[in-house]
Amino acid sequence: MSIPNDLFYTENHEWISVDGKDAVVGITDHAQEELGDIVFVELPSVEEEVDQFEEFGVIESVKAVSDVFMPASGVIVEVNEELMDRPELINEDPYGSGWLIKIEIKDKDELEELMDSTEYEAFLEEE
Amino acid sequence: MKSTALYEEHQSLDAKMIDFGGWQMPVQYSGIIDEHKAVRNKAGIFDVSHMGEILISGKEALDLVQKIITNDASKLTNGDVLYTPMCYQDGGIVDDLLVYRIDVDKFLLVVNASNTTKDFRWVEKNAELFEQAEVEDKSDYYGLIALQGPISREIIQPLLEEDISNLKYYTFIETDIAGVEAIVSRTGYTGELGFEVYLKAEDAVQVWNAMLKEGSDKGLKPAGLGARDTLRLEKALCLYGNDIDETTNPLEANLGWTVKFDKEDFNGKEALEKVKEDGVKRTLVGFIMQERGIPRHGYEIKVDGEVVGEVTSGSYSPTLDENIGLAYVDKKLAEEDTELDVCIRKREVKAKIFKTPFI
Repeated sequence: MSIPNDLFYTENHEWISVDGKDAVVGITDHAQEELGDIVFVELPSVEEEVDQFEEFGVIESVKAVSDVFMPASGVIVEVNEELMDRPELINEDPYGSGWLIKIEIKDKDELEELMDSTEYEAFLEEE
Repeated sequence: MKSTALYEEHQSLDAKMIDFGGWQMPVQYSGIIDEHKAVRNKAGIFDVSHMGEILISGKEALDLVQKIITNDASKLTNGDVLYTPMCYQDGGIVDDLLVYRIDVDKFLLVVNASNTTKDFRWVEKNAELFEQAEVEDKSDYYGLIALQGPISREIIQPLLEEDISNLKYYTFIETDIAGVEAIVSRTGYTGELGFEVYLKAEDAVQVWNAMLKEGSDKGLKPAGLGARDTLRLEKALCLYGNDIDETTNPLEANLGWTVKFDKEDFNGKEALEKVKEDGVKRTLVGFIMQERGIPRHGYEIKVDGEVVGEVTSGSYSPTLDENIGLAYVDKKLAEEDTELDVCIRKREVKAKIFKTPFI
């Protein structure tokens, strides 16, 4: 189970990587593993604004439908179009080519409500 | 929660387990799509020991069987298997099941796991009408392993004493497999060549491992309930609780071929005769999505903005690489190529009726 230490994590198993105001969002290795073969992804439109912990998209595996939530409030600046044809990238490379959206963060203070890698690892063990 | 005799084998194969009707069952091992393709191209081995087995015996065994099922068991000979619904008086479906004629006065009913208790009570209640018919729940006695796929015969044959190259679809033999007694039947829930092996629960581990050993270098893979579901859906085989239940009748579920009106009285006969006379109002159809979206159980179906039905089963189809489903729709609409809208999260997504089976 991979949990990179330069990311922040939510209790719903999203990750966010932050560089100034720019951020990338995806789901964790644990999440993709739990879902199994991912076969469908629904993502928001560019320029849409979504609040922290609000739903921004849907990921479906063969058996399950699962909402994904914003780790931090922001504006969508890019969605991973490649996932439309190759949703399995999320299984293969959840922290890399399986990223979901790029956003511009509104309020960096919100990141304090997220977990770092150590906290997320402990959270997974408890779950 | 209950577990099967193969629980530890699943653990050691790193299966992901789920609760299925009170049973801890493997939903997947290597991945649903991988297992699905293994069954279509080579072979897969499934633990389906959670299925229920009800033995009916005695001089009036056949009379009881005939009373509770809609199909006709009177034409079976020893070694024959019959698929049939079992209905309530109102024509609603109690369960769908297999009838094995072991002997002239001995029939084994194989029923869905989550219905076993309900079915057993129902059969017992009906047995009150027959003094010389005994009903016994053998579900804990039997383990059940399904070996399915185009190379399943090559894998199973070396483990058997008898030659099964002539074993016909929907027939069975009682024989030894890997040194233990079993019923080997040419049946399954995948639409592929395949066998189902009933054995004493305590013998299941031995046979499971013998099959894996025989097949693993030929491409055999353990497969879970996830792949079982996508495999049966591609062949449009009904799943109780999804596509059929006590609120649906066999005629609207395309199971008319299993209702034999010419045999004497059976549960639901009168109600079903009336349905037949009046014509069914809705019917189970297959459809393929024409736009992005996966249909799921319970989603509404619309035509011109009006609700005309509901999805009963839906999934990504690994073989077609399309999203497919089954739904009850208004009888008038049930024609090939009719366009439907499936309501997925408030959006209407286009689909087209497709003649089943899908593959």
